[in-house]
Formats: sequence, structure tokens, C-alpha cells
Amino acid sequence: MSSDTAVEYEVAQGRSKSFYPRFERKDELQHQTHYCPGCGHGVVHKMLARAIDELGIQDRTILVGPVGCSVFTYYYFDLGNVQAAHGRAPAVSTALKRSRPESIVISYQGDGDLSAIGAAEILHAANRGENITVIFVNNAIYSMTGGQAAPTTLLGQKSTTTPEGRSALGEGYPLHESELLATLEAPVYIERVGLGDNKQIAQAARAIRRAVENQVRGLGFSLVEVLSPCPTIWKMQPVEAQHWVRDVMEKTFPLGVLRDRTREAQPRPAPATPPALEEIPRLLGLEHGERLVKDERQVLNLAGNGSALKRTGERARAAEVDLEVRIAGFGGQGVLLLGEVLAEAGLESGLEVSWLPSYGPEMRSGTSNCHVRLASQSIDSPLVSAPGILVAMNEPSLRKFDRTVRPGGWVIYNGEEFPADCVRPDVRVVALPFTKIAHELGDARASNMIMLGVLLEIAGVLPDASVAAALRRLVRNPRWVELDERAMAGGRARYREMFAEVHA
Amino acid sequence: MEAKKQDRGLLRIDRDECKGCGLCIEACPPKVIALSEELNHYGYRTAVYAGSGCTGCGICFMACPEPGAITVLRAVVHSAARTALEGSACASN
Amino acid sequence: MRKQLMKGNEAIVKSAILAGCRAFYGYPITPASEITETAALYMPKCGGVFVQAESEVAAINMLYGASAAGVRAMTASSGPGISLMQEGISYMAGAELPCVIADVMRGGPGLGNINSEQGDYNQVVKGGGHGNYHTLVLAPHSVQEMADLTALAFELADRYRNPVFVLADGFVGQMMEPVEFPEQAVAAPTPHWAVTGTAETRSNVINSLHMGADELETHVLELEKKYRLAEQREARAEDWFTDDAEIVLVGYGIVGRILKAVTAEARAAGIKVGLLRPITLYPFPVERFRRLLPRAKLFVVVEMSNGQLLDDVRLALNGARPVEFLSRMGGNVPSHEDVYRFVRERAHALKTAAGAEEERLAHV
Repeated sequence: MSSDTAVEYEVAQGRSKSFYPRFERKDELQHQTHYCPGCGHGVVHKMLARAIDELGIQDRTILVGPVGCSVFTYYYFDLGNVQAAHGRAPAVSTALKRSRPESIVISYQGDGDLSAIGAAEILHAANRGENITVIFVNNAIYSMTGGQAAPTTLLGQKSTTTPEGRSALGEGYPLHESELLATLEAPVYIERVGLGDNKQIAQAARAIRRAVENQVRGLGFSLVEVLSPCPTIWKMQPVEAQHWVRDVMEKTFPLGVLRDRTREAQPRPAPATPPALEEIPRLLGLEHGERLVKDERQVLNLAGNGSALKRTGERARAAEVDLEVRIAGFGGQGVLLLGEVLAEAGLESGLEVSWLPSYGPEMRSGTSNCHVRLASQSIDSPLVSAPGILVAMNEPSLRKFDRTVRPGGWVIYNGEEFPADCVRPDVRVVALPFTKIAHELGDARASNMIMLGVLLEIAGVLPDASVAAALRRLVRNPRWVELDERAMAGGRARYREMFAEVHA
Repeated sequence: MEAKKQDRGLLRIDRDECKGCGLCIEACPPKVIALSEELNHYGYRTAVYAGSGCTGCGICFMACPEPGAITVLRAVVHSAARTALEGSACASN
Repeated sequence: MRKQLMKGNEAIVKSAILAGCRAFYGYPITPASEITETAALYMPKCGGVFVQAESEVAAINMLYGASAAGVRAMTASSGPGISLMQEGISYMAGAELPCVIADVMRGGPGLGNINSEQGDYNQVVKGGGHGNYHTLVLAPHSVQEMADLTALAFELADRYRNPVFVLADGFVGQMMEPVEFPEQAVAAPTPHWAVTGTAETRSNVINSLHMGADELETHVLELEKKYRLAEQREARAEDWFTDDAEIVLVGYGIVGRILKAVTAEARAAGIKVGLLRPITLYPFPVERFRRLLPRAKLFVVVEMSNGQLLDDVRLALNGARPVEFLSRMGGNVPSHEDVYRFVRERAHALKTAAGAEEERLAHV
């Protein structure tokens, strides 16, 4: 070989290193993919593999494989591989990318997967602007399951589930997923390409590379829809199928860029450095330090009322604190807060406590009630079916629960007059127009705290300091704390006035 | 032999991988690929290179659905020869 | 750490974050919404990911992705949402991905209502998704257990590479009790099988597809080995005055609390009653039931569903003792007064029967 004619050849286009050298899907056929002759998936795979090679991101890339003909991507691509449920690849990809922002996440989906069963997942991943790349292979049919109609099946196109051809009346029109997604604000890049001829193929390769590169640059959501031949299900020769993409499919699904904001898009900021492990408890609002009362039970035990607060009869509990309270009223009357302050004060005093609300729509309107227990012993059931004290913010609430009050118990009732038919010989009553009293104090909404003041006097087990601490913990606004404290003191005073002779 | 050396490109086709779909034949601009007469191990007639005329354009490679069925090679001129060629190219401008 | 008054739904999230959970993907539903809200508040602050998904279907598949990436991840929902998640749970069990799912049960079927119920037992404990798998199920009965069992759930999920449920009810989720957390947060190590987008993990595959018959059978048998191991090692229950119990009450979650009150009342009245409270519903604490057979004459299952727990108790006892059943549904609660009455009647019947038997023997 003389020097002036020394021509040698080197590989210009060959197997991407992002493919495994052998495909171990089966013992046989380790050179080939499982795709039918002329299938577009292989072509799209090659474009994707080449883009990954060229961008130098093989180690960083995670490919999310779908359900459908391309379910076996993990046998072919020498990448991190995650196989997803039908239609869910965008959801899976969302979490992969957010969990590992340095990785390059590519969601590979077919038309049934993306535009039918996974219509919601792709829409929302796109709308969140997830920084992922989606390759959407549209062959207008469900191929793997044997040729059923897809949302993208053309009008008139026959499938096993549209044996007479798709009709607009029966199955609606072919779904233009890319156009649909291009109505959203967040996507950075959406393009429809085809595999219909050499020119289209070259453009498809460029688009796929761009969609991946966008993610490498951190720009956001990119999707490439590829009109792709399925010779087997279309019952065509491979070349014929290729031309059908160009000559027929493209008429329904025009090729082109539907969204391109790659120029103006700003790379996403790097995720913030996570806090040190030692910081976590503080960030969670978990508190160190001790309660006002820890081991020694500094709980007061006023004589006289104690018996009313204990379950009578059979219950095997020492004669210590066992306060069972039911608080009921309308939404907005401060039912739950009253209970919370009581429970929090109990905890502050070293007691076992539980607080159980009615929940749900009641939070927004209608009746609301909660069960509160304070006890020296561990609390078995947090449900209070027979309260020692009932706090009724209004008449309906009174009537709902007055029969449940334990004999020897108390009812604190917000009303001018206690209904005569609710009077029980075995239950003591504090009935006052608490809302009116609260209004005179400065705000009708403080009525719950006046009633709490009465309750605390009846119970007589909680040190004032515990109650004050609980109130400050739960009520952040100092103006309200002041008002609530005055309200509570007012309640206590009212009780003492009413029952002065009892205590005398 | 002399003519082949003149080609800018060269094709290698893996007959174990080719499924004979014919897309490369359709894609090839100089039409230097054909289907074989004989079947391969899997019963496919496979693509074969005519032996000359490849331009190394690589279009067949991307049209082919199999990852490694086609390898496209391009002529690399040895450095001495390239220098000479580049020199003449400049001169012709 | 200082005890704090907290809702069960809040305790779950704080415990999860302390246990190294750094991903929450969820969809709101009463009565589990506070879990999602609490996660929205704390997860980002603590360096984790929070996404409100478009559906429970998406949420569980996001968990699949986060778990595949080797991150401790959780979600929370209630009956109807859990139904939607079953697809993803089956995939996660198949792909051997750990995760924690909190189910704060409400009333069903259908839209049912938002009251507290226990009707999700079958769909959670028996595996509501397709295929041969189990989920491990922990059933807290207090806010403290909401915290403790959530931390345990993450441990078990990683140990068995399998989804783990924290099966609570509306009451346990909504109620506030004092709760204490560990002083230190733990860092969860990235598992070796995860796909993290690095050279080291490039050859890892997360997948539940096994095309060959033998291949899939082998896979399922491997899963079965894990489940047998879990059955041997992880079954948990609480015994409450069962040592000499002739009547054994059985209930979980909020019912367990009510049954504790009933036990106290019955004991005070001299009735030999105890409570066996399953803490793991799968694996079901079968041995703990058998251990009580020498003294137990009758088991009484109390649940807020239509005999779903009852089936497992019957299987555990395998006909060795009679099982009676008491249930309320729709948001009604078996009150301790009602259960006590039931127990007292049964105790009386047992006594009468024993007396008759003695008399019969005396006449032989």
C-alpha cells in the first residue's frame, strides 16, 4: 500500500455503547432485539442511545421503561433501568428525578401507555414541569396486546376493537397529546417527529438529542412524540409501513415543534443542601426540656368535687384523677380548642391525657364535639361515652349528650335558661349566658374560655401555672392570651359565686 | 480492489442481527444494499452490501431498527496523504 | 425528648422523618389529610421531597420511583385511595421495593362515609392488589404507637424489601395524646440495589416482569421465603390480662383501647377476661393465640367491620375454641358498656354451662 492511496476505514456509525453488547433476554437471539422487522422502536432506541453516548451521560441516566412492546428496554440499554406500571412512567420518573436530581431520567412510553391509561400522569408531570425527558412512540395502535384501538388510532383505521374502522361518533377523534400538552405553561420543549423517510428520521434523531440535552442543562420538561411504524399490526411490509407514517399518519398528526422555550428557560437551581441530622428534631418542632410537672404529681385534689369526676362502680381505678369530659357545640364556638387547652394543661401537670375530636365536615359547619380525658393512670379508652362533665355550647348539643352524663356529674351550659326537661336530679348544672358574658369582656368568641374557667373550678385538679402554660402554647396571639386569661378568671369567679355556699 | 479503496464508506452487516426488514435498502441513497438470496440462522433474508459504492453517509444505520446490525465505516486518509490533500484543497480555493 | 400532645396523623410524619424518610407523595383524603399536610410542612424543611400527586394511582407510583432511587418514602390515604393504590402496591411487592403506607380507615364500601371504621382490613391485610404477595401490616392503637410503629415500618420495609402498612383508623389518626420521639434522627443508608443514576448502580434493574413460567415461579417462591421469615420473626401482639383469662377479647386499633376499658371493668367484677391485641395483622400473631388455649374457653372478636378480623382469628384458632363476634360499622363504635354487657352475658353462660357439666358429672 503506497502512501498516496493509503485509505483506511474507521467506524462512523455503529452500535452505541449505551446498549449492552449482548441481550440476555433469552438464550437465543442475543444479538437481536425482540422487535418485529421494521419496527420503529429499535430506531428510536438507537437515537436515544446515541444521544446518551454523545452527551456522555451513560452513568447518570435512568431509563424508565413502560408496559407495551418496549417493556424490555432494560435488556437493551446499559443504563440504570426502572420498569414502570402501564401509564405510570411519568409518576415514577417524577420521583426518580426529584430523589436524584443529578440523574438524567428518561421516560419511554407508547401511545396506549401515555395517552390512554397514563393520560393523567403525563399531563401532571408536564404541568409540574418535571425536569425529565419523555419519548412518546406513537404508532396509533395497541401492538403488544394484538392490535386494539388506541386514543391515537386514525379515523377509519381498523383495529381489533374497531373492526369497522374508528368512527368519530363511536370512539371520538384521534387524541393529539402533544398539542394538548403544549397548551400548558411549564413544558420547555415539545416536538412531533416521524420515521417516515430519511429526512424525518434525521430530524427525529436531532429532536431526541435535544430533549435529552435540555434535561442535562436543567431546563425542564421535554417531550418528543415519534410517529412510528408497526408493520406487523398494520399488516404492511416494513417499507410500506414507513411510507404510511409519512403519507397517511402525518396528515392526522402534523410534524413540527409545538413548544420551544429552550432559549429563554433558566436552568433550575441546584437543590438546597439538606440540614444536618442533628437539626431534624428541632426542625420538626420537637422540644427538649421538661414539663412544669414531671414525676411528682403536683395535681391538686380538691375535696368535694372529686367523686363527680370518677367513674363510679366497677371500674378498677385508684381514687386518683380521672376526668372524663365531653365538649359539644357548633363549629366556630371553640369546642376543640377548649378541649385542647384542657388536655395540654393536663399534660403540663403530669397527667395522662387524651383528646379525641369529631372530625370531617363538622370542622366546617354544623355540630362539633370532642372527648377529653385526664387521668393519673394510663388511659384505656379515649372515648368518653359517659362524661363526668359535659360542656354544652348550645341547646342542641345539650340535648344530644345530656342523658349520657354520669350520675353525680356536671353540665356547663351556655344559655339564659336551662331547659326544664333536661333537668336531672343526679346532675349539677352551671347554666349561664356565656356568650353574652364574653361579649361584655371584649369578644364573644372567648365564651369557651369562660366555660373552661368554670370547668377548671369544678375539676379542681389542674394548677393555674399548667393552664397558663397550655394556653400560651396553643394561643400564639398575645392579645388573645390576655383575653382568654381574663375569660377563664371570669369563669372561675362566676363558679365560686354560685357555689360559695357549697365550699363554705 | 482498486475501486473499493476509492469509496468514502464501507458497510458491515451482522447477519445474525439483521431481520431483513429492508428499511436500509430503502434508505440507502446510492442503493448499494440488497437482500440476500440465502436465509440466515433465524430464517431471514438479510441485508447485504453490494461491495462497493458506499458513501459512508450513515443513513442506513439510523433507518435500521437493530442496534448493531449495520456498522458504517468511513474512509480515513493517512496523515501524510491528508496533509497533501488539505494543501491541495487550500490551493484550489 | 419532652412528651408533646399531638395528633396521630402528625406523629406519623414526624416519626417517619426521624426514621430517615425523605419522600412523601400523597393525595388528600379525610381522615388522613393531616398526614399529607404535615408532610408538606416538614418534608422540604428537612431536606426531603413532598409532592401532592394528581391521584393515589400517581402517588403510589411516585413511591415506586422514590423507592427505586433508594430513598425511604411514604404515602398516606384512606379506603378509597388505598383501593386506587393497590396496583402500585402489587408492583412494589413484585419489584421488591420498600415503602410505608399509612391507611387511616374510614367507612365503606364506595364513598361510605368519613367516620372511623376498620373495613380496609381485607384489602390491606390480604393484599388487595393482584398476584402472589403480602404487605406487612402494623396496627397502632395510640398516638405513641403511631410514632413507634411508623419507625418500625421503615425498618421492616427495608429488611424485607416490601411495602409495609400502618393501618390506623380515623380515631387513632385524629386523636391527640402525649407522644415521645427518639432524641436522634437516623440516616437511612442507600440500599445496594437502588438505581441512583451513578456508575456503581448502572447495572441495577428495578422490575417486576418475569416472562418465563419457571422464572416467575422462582421469583414468587423467593418472595414466599421472605414472608415465611417475617411470619417467624415479626408477629407482634399485646397481651392484656390474658394470663388466666377464660374469655379472650380480640381487637386492634381504637377497638383495642375500648377493650382495655372493658377488661378493667370486667376484672373489677371478677370476670376472668383478657385482651389479645394483634399489633401486626400480617404476619398475624397466630402463636400468641395458641399460647392462650390452655386457659381460654372463649374468644370474642370485636371490630368495626363485618368480620374481617374474625376470619383471621378463626384461622389462627383452627376450631380449637369457639369464637364470638361483636361489631359496629358506619362510624358507630362498640361502646365499652355494650362490649362489657356482651362479655358479662357470655361469662354467665360459661359459668352456667360449667355448672351443668359438673352436675352431669356428679350424676354419672
